Amino acid sequence: MNLLSDPVGVSHYLVVGAILFTTGVVCMVVKRNALGVLMGIELVLNGANVNFVAFGSPVLRGEQASILGLDGQAMALFVILLAAAEAAVALAITLNFYNNHATVDVDRADDLKG
Amino acid sequence: MIGTLFGVSSLLAATSGGINWHSFFFLLFALLACGLAVAVVLADNVVRMAFYLVLSLGATAGLFFLAGAEFVGAMQLMIYVGGTLVLLIFGVMLTAQEPFVAIKTPARDKVLAGIVGGGLLAVLLQAAFTGPAWSEAPADMAERTLGQVTQPSATPLGMALVGVRVDGDVASGERSPADGNVRSGYLLPFEIVSVHLLVVLVGAAYLARTKRRKAVAIARDESTTGGVR
Repeated sequence: MNLLSDPVGVSHYLVVGAILFTTGVVCMVVKRNALGVLMGIELVLNGANVNFVAFGSPVLRGEQASILGLDGQAMALFVILLAAAEAAVALAITLNFYNNHATVDVDRADDLKG
Repeated sequence: MIGTLFGVSSLLAATSGGINWHSFFFLLFALLACGLAVAVVLADNVVRMAFYLVLSLGATAGLFFLAGAEFVGAMQLMIYVGGTLVLLIFGVMLTAQEPFVAIKTPARDKVLAGIVGGGLLAVLLQAAFTGPAWSEAPADMAERTLGQVTQPSATPLGMALVGVRVDGDVASGERSPADGNVRSGYLLPFEIVSVHLLVVLVGAAYLARTKRRKAVAIARDESTTGGVR
């Protein structure tokens, strides 16, 4: 299998999406900085976006893509918009947490711990 | 590193047989996107994480262009890289006090997350290559080139967002509206998302407003009691 001369298929895009998704999940779990957790969420949404675009792409799927038509690209647009909204709210929450606790370490957010 | 070595070696091998430039640029952007995403996870400094994330999202926009979704790629650059990341970097700058720039994670947690992430990645990769509907490329894949296949997607997308579908088999009449099978546009989701965005931004501005009076009162309180709560 020669990566440079073989045509690119949906599977290639799914691999990229899987790697982005996994790194995002690991980033969300590992980072203790609240902004690092946010960046993990961005990576997860981006990995999902890669899959949406790949499944709806006429370049990659040929005639099969006409079953989906524009749905993949429209979903990707909505995901981008929701990611922007989510980032705004999460950043506001982070700033509020920083103002009240003087830290962005999520391990210190244990006020509700029983 | 191994990926780049493999890429260079197969580049040398393919120069005689002719390079498929679509695959070449896919490989370039895919390696950039995945490598920088891994760098986001491995970096401890939050400023560097933000920088790597900008580059990773930009490379993903390149992947969208290569898939023929140039409007989504442009929106990715404008909204994600231009908007969301600026917001994130403002957050980094507002909270980048010395002890929080690099918060270390315990090595035990890193190992555990690596094991879980590796398992998840194995499952996803197996799914990526075994689905019969997508794992084999279409028969005429080799002959087709990017320019032949795609028409600009901005106009059909914009029409779909205001509720009119001009793409695909609606135009060619394969499915008539009488079948009840015709695709609908996205006017209602578009309106919902736009109102949602407005509400969310107003709410975020309300949440993040400065509460100066309360902060001053707390500071005065702490100065009189000697900082003891």
